[in-house]
Amino acid sequence: MSPVLEVDGLEVAFGDVPVVRGLSYELRAGEVLGIVGESGAGKSVAAAAVLGLLPPEAKVSGSVRLHGRELIGAPERELARIRGRTVSMVFQDPQSALTPVYRVGDQIAEAVRAHQRVTKEQAAVKAVDLLDLVGIPDPARRALAFPHEFSGGMRQRALIAMAIANDPDVIICDEPTTALDVTVQAQVLEVLRKAQCRTGAAIVLITHDLGVVAGFADRVLVMYAGRPVETGDVDDVYYRTRMPYTSGLLGSVPRVDGGGRRPLVPIEGGPPEPGRPAPGCPFAPRCPMREEACDDREPPLFEVGAGHRAACIRWADVRRADGGEQARAPREPVTRGPRTVLEVQGLVKRYPLMRGAMFRRRAGTVHAVAGISFDIREGETLGLVGESGSGKTTALTQILELAEPEEGRIVVLGCDTARLTAGQRAAVRRDMQVVFQDPAASLDPRMTVYDILAEPLRAHRAGAPGRRVAELLALVGLDTAHAARYPRELSGGQCQRVAIARALALEPRLLVLDEPVSALDMSIRAGVLNLLGALKDRLGLSYLFVAHDLAVVRYLADRVAVMQLGRIAEIGRAEAVYATPAHPYTQALLSAIPLPDPVRERSRERILLDGEPPSPADPPSGCRFRTRCPTFRGVLTAEERSLCVDAEPEVRPLGEDQAAACHYAEKLAVV
Amino acid sequence: MTLSEEEVAGDLEPAEPAPPSRGRVLAGRFLASRQGRAGVGVLALMFVLAFAGPLFAPWSHTDKDFAAFLEPPSGRHWFGTLQTGADVYALTLRGLQRSLIVGLLAALVSTALAALAGAFAGYFGGWTDRVLTWITDLLLALPAFLILAIMSPLFGSGQWPLFVLMLALFLWMVTAKITRGMTISLRQREFVRAARYLGVPPVKIIFSHVLPNLSSLLIVDATVNVSAAILAETSLSYFGFGIQPPDVSLGTLIADGSRTAIYAPWTFWFAAGLLVVTVLAVNVAGDALRDAFDPGAKGGR
Amino acid sequence: MAGFLARRLLGSVVLAAVAASLAYLLAAGSLDPRANYAGRTPPPPPAVVDAQLAALNLNDRTPLFERYLTWAGGVLRGDFGRSVTGSPVGADLQRRAGVTLRLVLLGLVCGSVLGVAAGAAAAVRQYGWFDRLSAGLAYLLLAVPVVVLANVAILGGTWANDQLFGRRVFLVGGERTAGLDAGFWGGLLDRLQHLILPTVTLSLGLIAVFSRYQRNMMLDVLGADYLRTARAKGLSRRRALIRHGLRTALIPVATYFAFVFGALLTGAAFTEKIFGWHGLGERLISAVFTNDVNTVAAISCLAALAVLCASLAADLLHAVLDPRVRAG
Repeated sequence: MSPVLEVDGLEVAFGDVPVVRGLSYELRAGEVLGIVGESGAGKSVAAAAVLGLLPPEAKVSGSVRLHGRELIGAPERELARIRGRTVSMVFQDPQSALTPVYRVGDQIAEAVRAHQRVTKEQAAVKAVDLLDLVGIPDPARRALAFPHEFSGGMRQRALIAMAIANDPDVIICDEPTTALDVTVQAQVLEVLRKAQCRTGAAIVLITHDLGVVAGFADRVLVMYAGRPVETGDVDDVYYRTRMPYTSGLLGSVPRVDGGGRRPLVPIEGGPPEPGRPAPGCPFAPRCPMREEACDDREPPLFEVGAGHRAACIRWADVRRADGGEQARAPREPVTRGPRTVLEVQGLVKRYPLMRGAMFRRRAGTVHAVAGISFDIREGETLGLVGESGSGKTTALTQILELAEPEEGRIVVLGCDTARLTAGQRAAVRRDMQVVFQDPAASLDPRMTVYDILAEPLRAHRAGAPGRRVAELLALVGLDTAHAARYPRELSGGQCQRVAIARALALEPRLLVLDEPVSALDMSIRAGVLNLLGALKDRLGLSYLFVAHDLAVVRYLADRVAVMQLGRIAEIGRAEAVYATPAHPYTQALLSAIPLPDPVRERSRERILLDGEPPSPADPPSGCRFRTRCPTFRGVLTAEERSLCVDAEPEVRPLGEDQAAACHYAEKLAVV
Repeated sequence: MTLSEEEVAGDLEPAEPAPPSRGRVLAGRFLASRQGRAGVGVLALMFVLAFAGPLFAPWSHTDKDFAAFLEPPSGRHWFGTLQTGADVYALTLRGLQRSLIVGLLAALVSTALAALAGAFAGYFGGWTDRVLTWITDLLLALPAFLILAIMSPLFGSGQWPLFVLMLALFLWMVTAKITRGMTISLRQREFVRAARYLGVPPVKIIFSHVLPNLSSLLIVDATVNVSAAILAETSLSYFGFGIQPPDVSLGTLIADGSRTAIYAPWTFWFAAGLLVVTVLAVNVAGDALRDAFDPGAKGGR
Repeated sequence: MAGFLARRLLGSVVLAAVAASLAYLLAAGSLDPRANYAGRTPPPPPAVVDAQLAALNLNDRTPLFERYLTWAGGVLRGDFGRSVTGSPVGADLQRRAGVTLRLVLLGLVCGSVLGVAAGAAAAVRQYGWFDRLSAGLAYLLLAVPVVVLANVAILGGTWANDQLFGRRVFLVGGERTAGLDAGFWGGLLDRLQHLILPTVTLSLGLIAVFSRYQRNMMLDVLGADYLRTARAKGLSRRRALIRHGLRTALIPVATYFAFVFGALLTGAAFTEKIFGWHGLGERLISAVFTNDVNTVAAISCLAALAVLCASLAADLLHAVLDPRVRAG
């Protein structure tokens, strides 16, 4: 069978900066090719180049053949005929990929009418059918909605509907689920599978998530610094890795499965900047297996197995950089410390829901946090997990603002925030510090690292900062020379280290971590996580670790609290919650996380949630999870359900340090 | 917490030469553009002309040559003379001086006002915001030109600084609104929140984090305000509401010149030409500055 | 929505009232109607002057606040008082508002339509010859103050009349030739001839502003993801640009249009004055010179209302054009 799409020696450059170099792959009908790489690896540019969608200043060379017809250099009219009909594309950011001023249905109908001679009415009917196909409830009504009235998941579904409108032969998906929550990601991937079944299209799936590829793709291509560095069958690449970069990636990703906390093996340094080609292997500076020959010339792709190629001269020696199954440190005994550093009790936060950007008016109340309770003991790490809209950020802000809560109590380091004196407030500010998600955004771009680190010392008049700044830099593994730099001259990982150093400047007791690694590239995450773990052990810190990624939380947390729609669904010791989650939501959440392990990922029983997450402005009566709950929908009898509808479940203990807010909680292993 | 093993001896000394400062990078980018060089060059030339030019002229702006009424340009009067016998060259340069100073000062004052009002309104919100926004809206609703016209008798006899102040008072509102909007979004940015959670006092946050990060906007806006102020000054002075005689500005000269322009073009075109060239230079330099601050703004180049 | 509009309207009315009051107080405090009588020969007896001023509510011997109350009471009843010559201000302004409106509407429509077209064309071929040319012209026009532009237009018109046509094609001075009796069509032609130069003056600046604005908005949109989506669907570049790009980029420009309209009611003062159109702006300038407090106050009141109505209209327009803003 001849390939549908053949890419051969594709090169893309912006000015003198090469972004994609020598990319080649073949795609057969019905096949799924996963392209994996970190940001800046050139994977999105390569995808846009296939369809000729790059801005005119991009220089594209090489060959892209669709059914044997050359697309590079083809006239614009011919490309326009192909786009959306033979090859279609699903873009990353559903937020901005739809024109804001037209109705969703009209935009899908437009895709139909661009290639088929049908009337407006027929196209509109087809659009509704397509929306139905991608699982949008009440499609006839939804087709009349504007993009901003759709949730992220629904917008992504609409984009998929648009992409399959003309039964294409190839669908290129550029990070189709990156901006989505895990449970929604699982739904959208399911829709993609269904779309593929319907159209029989081949799919190019571009992503940075090794787990998504493991479960979805047949073959995989790993890109680094604009080049393919390893390609082959999914099983070959994941289990018989022949490129140190791939093996490094696999070793540095925190996972929800496996025994306890597998130590992460970080990849040193950061990806090279494009446009500075050194003669040797671009990965050599970060490679643990580097030898002198690596710097001589860039290695070609060696044939290392049947259909398996890798760009490494030492491919025969590569082994999975795996810490094995030995856990990092034997877990402390189950007893919790005696002293409480943070206590939250019955915290409630509502805020008015304003509609309209200009005619702002109150359209309801968002019950962002609806009565949550937890505490953190000294030296303990609590992971606060939840998807968007779960209220975790609101809860965090309430704690950080040290404001009197609407209802409930926040006690930070022994001080009730409702009765803080100015002196106590300053003391608490000193002892509780925060590290934010986006390291670049959390450092003032106009200050040097020195000034950034000195700011807390000056604000609390803690003496001359010079010496302390040097100490802090050393503590987080940075050089004294970094003090004179500006944040933009540092990599993402280095910026996050500076942010951590700033948080440690005043020797705090409680550190609040707001998604501290989710903005970082995967190869850098492991290093920052390891640093946080080491600091905690050494300085006896307590962490409140807020994140949406259960795998990351598992690596660091002693205890976890899972939030859903402003309530705590489940709370308890990390081991217990991960091994045998009791709340159906926790179970669904854990089962939705893709594992970077093809065999396990394919054989897993997945709990898929139905429908859209309800809005926190209009939560369902009784149990807030019941509208999406698989137990409620599939297992319970009508009689049992009435309890879920009428009564909001309280968090009740289920054995040693594990508790869930479900009337019918039942422990179940899902990973 | 003990850090003895991490202690690094000695106070911190920059171990390597500091990387190029932001200012130098900006200046380099600005001067690398042809626009930037042209704008700054012409503007510098105007300044030299306005302040050094009169030194070489045989006539001062108050002199009157009773032997030459409405004469075309000649070796004796480089730009010709007016009906009164006044030397157009001396008058024009004197006018240019006034216009440049008025424009620069008014822009400076108005941008400072805008920065403070916008940043405080945006950062503090609540009543501060409401009051400041209300004042901004009120000044936007008042016809600026009218207020300045009514007050024009006060600007006579060397009171031009008052005129500058009043001019500035009606130039800051739009910038303030933009500054307020950007402050509100900056307030949500993590580095400002981080400073707040570190316990840095609000006013200090405004001056050390908010305003420096708005400086590109403010500097660009200041140049826009320079040209706006020069244009406003000209129009007001044209009708006798701005710079008052015996002082002259380009506006008063253009007003006088327009009456005789048909048969004595030199009375009109020198003043009008210099004005247009000056404002053009300011605008071009301002645009180049904007590009220097925001290299991505011009699309993928 | 209705409640919101009502609140917003109330806020605007209060703001307009405060602005007008401030303008009145400033005008009454610093203008000196008594000076109008000073140069007369023979000098009128002080008692007569006092009586006349008092009848017009302009007597500076009455406390300022009392005069203000009298004026404000009149305004609330729809009476803007009398001018220094004793004619009612309201009727005069009504006539003049029509004149200004004719000039401003035509200039604004010409300016915005041509400006938007030029800006869009420049953005589509960024750094093409048209982009460079229009950018250069816009720069130049933005550097020319109205007073210079108007005078240059007059000079150019005079030159063209003399050298090109040999007869008077462009007419300057007023909106029509006084006392002309040429029937309906002749009168219309005469008005048109008077209209050309001021309209050109007014619209040239607007073209420059609108073309730059539209170009920038359009460039912002050109890089947007949804434009790429539209092309990935199979739309040609041109069709994607017009259907998805221009439509979205027009939203802020339309809003801006409403703003400019409000500001131009008095902003056209210079053009009116130089071309001798008896509009609101021209009256404003002459009123300041004749110490005509009531007229000045009335026009500022109108101007404040116009600005506030325009900003309200801009918001409404934005809501109509942009579904994201529309309360939904």
